[in-house]
Amino acid sequence: MNEREAWVILNAAPGISVRTKHRLVEAAGGVREAVALRPSALRDLLGERGARRLQDFLARADPQRLIEDAKRCQAEVVTLADAHYPQLLRAIADPPLALYVRGQLPREVCVAVVGTRNPSADGEYVARRMGAELSAAGVCVVSGLARGVDAAAHRGSLEPGGPTVAVLGCGVDVHYPAGHEALADQVAAHGALVSEYPPGTRAAKHHFPLRNRIISGLSRAVVVVEATLRSGALITADLALEQGREVFAVPGSVLNPRSAGPHRLLREGAGWAESACDVLRALEIPHASGRVPELGPAERQLLEALGEPRYPDELVAARLGSAAAVNALLVALEVRGLVRRLQDGRYAR
Amino acid sequence: MLAKVRSSSVLGLEAYPVEVEVDVATGLPGFSIVGLPDTAVQEAKERVRAAIKNANFEVPTRRITVNLAPADVRKEGPSFDLPMAVAVLAATGQVPAEACHGTLFLGELSLDGAVRPVHGVLSAALHAAQCGLRRVVLPADNAQEAAIVPGVEVYGVSHLLEAARFLLGELRLKPVVANGAHEPEPEDEVDLAEVRGQEHAKRALEIAAAGGHNVLLVGPPGSGKTMLARRLPTILPPMTWEEAVEVTRIYSAAGALPSRGALLRRRPFRAPHHTASYAALLGGGNVPRPGEVSLAHHGVLFLDELPEFHRDALEALRQPVEEGRVTLARAAATVTFPARFTLVAAMNPCPCGSRGDRLRECSCTPSQVRRYQAKVSGPLLDRIDLHVEVPRLESHSLMDGGTAEPSSAVRDRVLRARQRQAERYAGRPYRCNAHVPVRVLRRVATPDPAGRELLRTAIERLGLSARAYDRVLRVARTIADLEGSEGVSAAHVAEAVQYRSLDRSR
Repeated sequence: MNEREAWVILNAAPGISVRTKHRLVEAAGGVREAVALRPSALRDLLGERGARRLQDFLARADPQRLIEDAKRCQAEVVTLADAHYPQLLRAIADPPLALYVRGQLPREVCVAVVGTRNPSADGEYVARRMGAELSAAGVCVVSGLARGVDAAAHRGSLEPGGPTVAVLGCGVDVHYPAGHEALADQVAAHGALVSEYPPGTRAAKHHFPLRNRIISGLSRAVVVVEATLRSGALITADLALEQGREVFAVPGSVLNPRSAGPHRLLREGAGWAESACDVLRALEIPHASGRVPELGPAERQLLEALGEPRYPDELVAARLGSAAAVNALLVALEVRGLVRRLQDGRYAR
Repeated sequence: MLAKVRSSSVLGLEAYPVEVEVDVATGLPGFSIVGLPDTAVQEAKERVRAAIKNANFEVPTRRITVNLAPADVRKEGPSFDLPMAVAVLAATGQVPAEACHGTLFLGELSLDGAVRPVHGVLSAALHAAQCGLRRVVLPADNAQEAAIVPGVEVYGVSHLLEAARFLLGELRLKPVVANGAHEPEPEDEVDLAEVRGQEHAKRALEIAAAGGHNVLLVGPPGSGKTMLARRLPTILPPMTWEEAVEVTRIYSAAGALPSRGALLRRRPFRAPHHTASYAALLGGGNVPRPGEVSLAHHGVLFLDELPEFHRDALEALRQPVEEGRVTLARAAATVTFPARFTLVAAMNPCPCGSRGDRLRECSCTPSQVRRYQAKVSGPLLDRIDLHVEVPRLESHSLMDGGTAEPSSAVRDRVLRARQRQAERYAGRPYRCNAHVPVRVLRRVATPDPAGRELLRTAIERLGLSARAYDRVLRVARTIADLEGSEGVSAAHVAEAVQYRSLDRSR
């Protein structure tokens, strides 16, 4: 068994935490040595039951089959023995022993955008714009492919063509959550689906906090868009701090319970992120200050009024034209990609 | 001693002739009714006997046989009471038989001889006019509705004695004259000007009224969807006399006319609750009666909480929405009722109503939302041209939209747009853009090059489905008609795209 295979097999071993696995490797003096440890030595390190479970697993596990399985679902296995294992991730306290990667691991700087699965229309819009602007500046957007903020960040990032990385809490061939199959395929095509779980692994509750450490581990910074105080996004932010990453939070309304999470982070010293510019500036990543489209006077007026999302009715009330004219202008601007319609019917730049 | 009196019965909306024959013969005293009478008709003998007695006439102590011809059609309802009583009086020589010639009788009797109103009088009067009958004698409470029909003299009676004295020539009655038929239309109780803000939705209603399009309003509870829908009839063109007669006839057959009601001049607005049964919506009964879809004929059918309606009821709406009529097949008969209405449907964005709300957190799971929205997809949604978001009015900027336009001003524009469509489709079976076949639509609504380009990019960039294409053209054609424009321009197309929000995938 070579070193790669040893990492793959130890990574797949169930019932032992990643930290323990790292301790095992350290104690044995190498991963190949770790999987070949004598039962007595294993017992000393893992205890009676843990040792028996690991031994049983090692007796029947076949690393080649895991690698074959991965190939069958167009995924590559990247282990700590590989040179192209992401450098930032390698540096965290408990890096995954192996990653299953469907697509291409990015070379770009990564920034994670995370938040609630149940965002407001504003939150969804902000996540999407954040994703689009970060990608446009050449940053890879990392998130978790969950509903809500995660999906919006991926979608936004795909608008200028990515790259974007989705870290999963299940196998890279498992469709979770339902309804995100097409998005997952797009992410794989313009970036990568990444998981430390072997193909076929189903999503489980306890996978997600572990998945979150990879999201922050891959990234230089984590941006929290909307999150209630019990949201998993706050776990990601905590992990990011432990890993020495920058944390940014998007301020919101004090009346919005989903802004409570970001506000707590801001109070604790997180970076202020009204838009991607704030993040890019703090990370000292150069970015263009936006294109200047050709506009008629009515269009320019409308665009100026759309600094914050507004209903067509508000634009009519602001005397920017009749309902008919405003609607026609909005669609014309939208097909040119200059404004966007939110799910509640409002429009925003 | 035989007497015959003309009467009629209603099947669906059509009246058919029924001849009430009475024979009074020697034999054991008795009263029998033949000719497929239902229970209500069977029981008429008790009412007729008591009414004759209490009107101070004589009930012969002989054998009375009543036949309702044709004998092979089932007769129902109490409307044969009056003709039976009159025939008995004629057969016994208490009123002259000749006086009944050329006269149609209808009415229910109470035991004291009073004449009570019945259903379907307008159809009966139209039938009488068609058969060349001179006179109709019917309950005074129904006289106004029958008097709409030209060419027949309508006499309203409120008591059997009154009818008998009229036939005896002792009482001179004046034929009833329909009041209000030629007066201007009554003013509406509601007006579009009462709705503050919501310019987007009001504009959509204007387009719907101008082109006959169906509308779906999507918005949280309390955003004013019902208020808006209620005001759509006020911007529709006034009903023509023919339309008004059609509508009144349906209400007459359904027994839904107000007492002493005359011609209905206002476009109907029907808002059945979502618990309404299939039969209540589509029509039903052993002998079919019109349902809500027919009561909304030439008017507006408003279905609030659309996804909450029974699935089979929504499925069944397809025929009336597509064909403007509803066919009910029953063991007794197959009946077709007209049902050409503008559908206004309303729904929340999700079951709890706060999906996407700025401050409220939505408590629905994604699968709940999907299931809720999937309920309205499919054939019915395909027939709805305009999707309109109705936001909750919470910020002041939404409410002070200047002075709101009254319904009459909007209606003037709608009338002009309808006029343009009537000219364009002269000689065709359809009158407005919503009903134009796709083949014709592609010809009359092809946008100019800029419009075509915009439509192409819109389909691409907004992920509009292919079927949205024709819907956009249809609505764009109406928008152009509202503007008085011959061709369809890019601006018309752009505005039309705005009303296809449910077709977007991005």
